[in-house]
Parts: sequence; C-alpha cells; structure tokens
Amino acid sequence: MNIQDIANKLKTDFSESVEFLEDTLFIKVKPTDWLEISEKLKNHDDFKFDYLMCISSYDCGDKIKYGVAYNFKSTSIGHELEVRLEVSDDESIPSVVKLWGSADWHEREAFDMMGIKFDGHPNMKRILLSDDWDGHPLRKDYDTPEYYRGMPVPKDKTYWE
Amino acid sequence: MSKQDKSIIKAEEMVLNMGPQHPSTHGVLRLKIHTDGEVVSKIEPIMGYLHRCFEKHCENLSYEQVVPFTDRCDYLASMHMNHAYSMSVEKMLDIELPERVEYIRVIVAELQRIASHLVACGVFGLDVGAITPFTWALRDRERILDLFEMLCGARLLYNYIWPGGLSHDLPPNFIQYTNEFLDYFEPMLKEFDNVLTENMIFVERTADVGIITPEVGVNFGVTGPTLRGSGISHDLRKDEPYSVYDKFDFDVPVGKGIMGTVGDCWDRYWVRMREIEESVKILRQAIAQLPDGDVHAARPKKVRPGKGEVYSRYESARGDVGFYIISDGKNIPYRLKMRSPAFCNLSVFSEISEGWMMSDVITILGSLDIVLGEIDR
Repeated sequence: MNIQDIANKLKTDFSESVEFLEDTLFIKVKPTDWLEISEKLKNHDDFKFDYLMCISSYDCGDKIKYGVAYNFKSTSIGHELEVRLEVSDDESIPSVVKLWGSADWHEREAFDMMGIKFDGHPNMKRILLSDDWDGHPLRKDYDTPEYYRGMPVPKDKTYWE
Repeated sequence: MSKQDKSIIKAEEMVLNMGPQHPSTHGVLRLKIHTDGEVVSKIEPIMGYLHRCFEKHCENLSYEQVVPFTDRCDYLASMHMNHAYSMSVEKMLDIELPERVEYIRVIVAELQRIASHLVACGVFGLDVGAITPFTWALRDRERILDLFEMLCGARLLYNYIWPGGLSHDLPPNFIQYTNEFLDYFEPMLKEFDNVLTENMIFVERTADVGIITPEVGVNFGVTGPTLRGSGISHDLRKDEPYSVYDKFDFDVPVGKGIMGTVGDCWDRYWVRMREIEESVKILRQAIAQLPDGDVHAARPKKVRPGKGEVYSRYESARGDVGFYIISDGKNIPYRLKMRSPAFCNLSVFSEISEGWMMSDVITILGSLDIVLGEIDR
C-alpha cells in the first residue's frame, strides 16, 4: 500500500487526528489518538507494521514544538510508513513499548536528547548521557555548559589544535 | 547447557556489576546483572561511556565534513558507515553514479564485511575459550587492512566513500592484490571452519544458548546476521537491492538450528561464517565485471539538498544502518539521526539472557557482535 492509501484508510476511523499533505512523505498524527492508531498499524491485516525501524526526534525550530518521527516497515507485506507527532514542552506522547520492543531504547534516547516525555514507558530515564546531566543537547537552543562536575567542557580548540 | 528453571530454588537476589573495563564486554559497556545464585534474572546494560555527540556535531558540519565522523561510529566496518551515509545524501540529491564507482563501493564493502565478520567470529571464539582461531582471524584481517591502506592510506578509519563518488580511484595493482588475497583466503577460511565451527567444546558452550525467536527478533528491531540466525531471510542486499547488488549471484544464509535450536548463539556464529563465503563469491564476480570510467564524474561541486527529509537504509556487517536526515535547504543538515544496528541488537539482550547462567551471558553478548562506538555514537 502506498502512503496515500494508508492515510485514507486511517482517516476513515480517525478523521480528527490524522493529517496528510499531498506532497509530503509522512503522516502527521495527534498524540491523543496515537495509542489506538499505533495498535491498528501493528495488528490490522491491511497494515501489519511489525518492525519499528527507527524513532528520530527533531526540533521544530520555534522553541515550542518538538517532534518525533517513527519509521515503520511491514516484514510480511513489505510497505513502509513514516509517522510524525509534534508536541510542546508540557505535553507527552503515549509510549508504544508494549507493541514494539525496539521503541524502549529509542524513546529513552528521544527523551535524553530532545526532552520528549513518553507516557507509560516502564523505565523513562536517560540512556546515553549520565543521569545528572542538565538539559537536552539536541535542542536548538541548548547551551553547552562550562563545567560538568568541576571538569571544564572544552569549547575552544586552543589546547588541542 | 540448559536454561535454568528459577522456580526450583530461590535465593536472595544479588546485583553484580560487569564492566565498563572488562574484556568480554567488547568495549566500554557496563552491565548491571541481577542474579539469583548463578542464574540471571535481569540485565540492565548501561552505556554512553563512548558518547561523543555525533548527531550534535553533524548539525554544525557541512554534508561532506560528516563523512569522517561516520567512520568513528562503527570502527570495525567504517566503509559500511561511509557508504550508508553517502547513499542517504545521494538519495536527497538524486545523483546517478558512474558504474565504476558502484562496483568499487561493492568491492570495498564486501572486503570490509569479511574483515568485520572475521573479528566477530574470532572474538566470539575467544569469549568461550578458543584462543587459536582468534589469532588466525586477525592474521587474515590484517591482509584486508593492508589492502585498504593501499587504497586510501588508512587502516581503520578510511574516509573513502564520499557523497557522489570516492576520494580516489583504485590504485594500480589493487585488483591483482585482491585476487591474490582471495586465493590465499579461501583455504584459510576452511581451516578456520575446521578448527572452530564443529569443535565439541565450542558447540557445547554455544548451541541451544540464548535463543532469539523470530517474533522477538523482529519486535525488538534486531537485524543483520543476528536476525538471520533466527531463520529470517532479511538482507537488504537481496530484499531491496541498492548499489549494484542485483547484478550478483549470491545466497542469504539463514540459521537452521543444525547443532541445536534455530536462533541460538551457534546459529548466529554460523551465519557469519557462511556470509564470509558469500562475500568472497560477490567479490569474485565484482572484480570480473569491474568497468572503466571516471570515478569523479558525478561528484557535486556543492552539496546543498532542497528542503525535505530522507530515511535510507543500508546492510552493514551488524545489520540495518539507517540515516534519517532532515534538510532545511542549507549546506549543513538540520537534523541527522543515525539508526544504529548494534543499539537495537543490544536492546534484546536482557530479554534473551533471562534464566541463563552467568557464563552464558558472555556467550550471548559475544554472539550479538556489538560495537560500542556505534551504540553510543
């Protein structure tokens, strides 16, 4: 199925929260219905997206919204899909760990790097950075700290160039 | 070895720390192992010791300057990282490459696959106590590194495959030396096979241990030889042929459970060994068909893709490498996310280790073939 068909099919049930623009390659979904939509994407006979390849977080650039892109593939049917969700700082996204095991670490990484919170994740803590790190480095307005636990964070390259 | 039934005797839970400085964790990985006696109940991998903000760096570098950084991600298969990244940029720019570039890329990628799998198989043997095969594997890998040194001057971090082409054409005699290497290597691989694959002690330690069922494998996003060990024929070179892989005749080996159950550690090792043979097959065909041409013909003067995003996938030695790039029309990526195969392969670790003994944890971790540089990025 191509993305247009998938979008039309989803719109019959979730017309409120599914958004698809003609010239894009992804479907935008509102976080409120995400749990039901994701369950349908995984279990419905027309979709069967059993392989969640990647979850990428991104900064929308307006200092309000942060986004997550899910890349799915179905190993039985063979089609692919990209789904995007965008939330502001005080909202959270329902976690899909129960459906796809690979979401576990990817969601933790999105939290670690971009500060996106996932509701219902069993172990929502940082994964690559240490637990006491301040801020979320991949946000565009992130300032590199001067010191981390008394150790200077090298910013200028005078000593090693 | 058999899986232990936890319900028989219950002792007090003990938390054991392994790593980050431990030879069997294949880098700086720390494992918090919850055990009951000697039986493992849960493992928490703790990583990030090698984190060097690859993705943050990329947001400040032009598309060409990112290539050397991809080298450092998977340092055992740098060519694959170069190739995967270059392919994703080319997909954004919509570049048609000269045939010769594609063939050279396939040749170096398959040589790299052999080198990487040799380390994986050799080190896996070392993990369970077989020292001799490890030295043999590294001896043969050294020859491939010599070939790469001849190609681009570097032994591990090549910066060879660039968006739109290559840094250099092949040096004179490279094809001849590669042929000589293949002639030398094939009997050596048989010897390696003889000493390790069906070795009684090795089979006892690895067969029936740490089984990944196909459903668990797909659900956790496990890819590469680790998934093919579970009997699923998922290989991007065959399923969605990129580059010129559709012109070669090769098989995708999958685990059959010859020594035990499908998807055990032995199967994953066996798939890697068979893949080395397939790589040799591809190399022989690619060398025979190598066309002439100018490798710099398609190099763009300026890499400046239009607005949009791309997710491209590549079959590296460890599995499915994905590059998700968002471009806002500048010459630097707005956001670059790398889907690391070893990261996803490691996430299944706790799931499959439950109920096994402490000594099997080392075996299972070795069979996943992780590279921490790529997990931590």
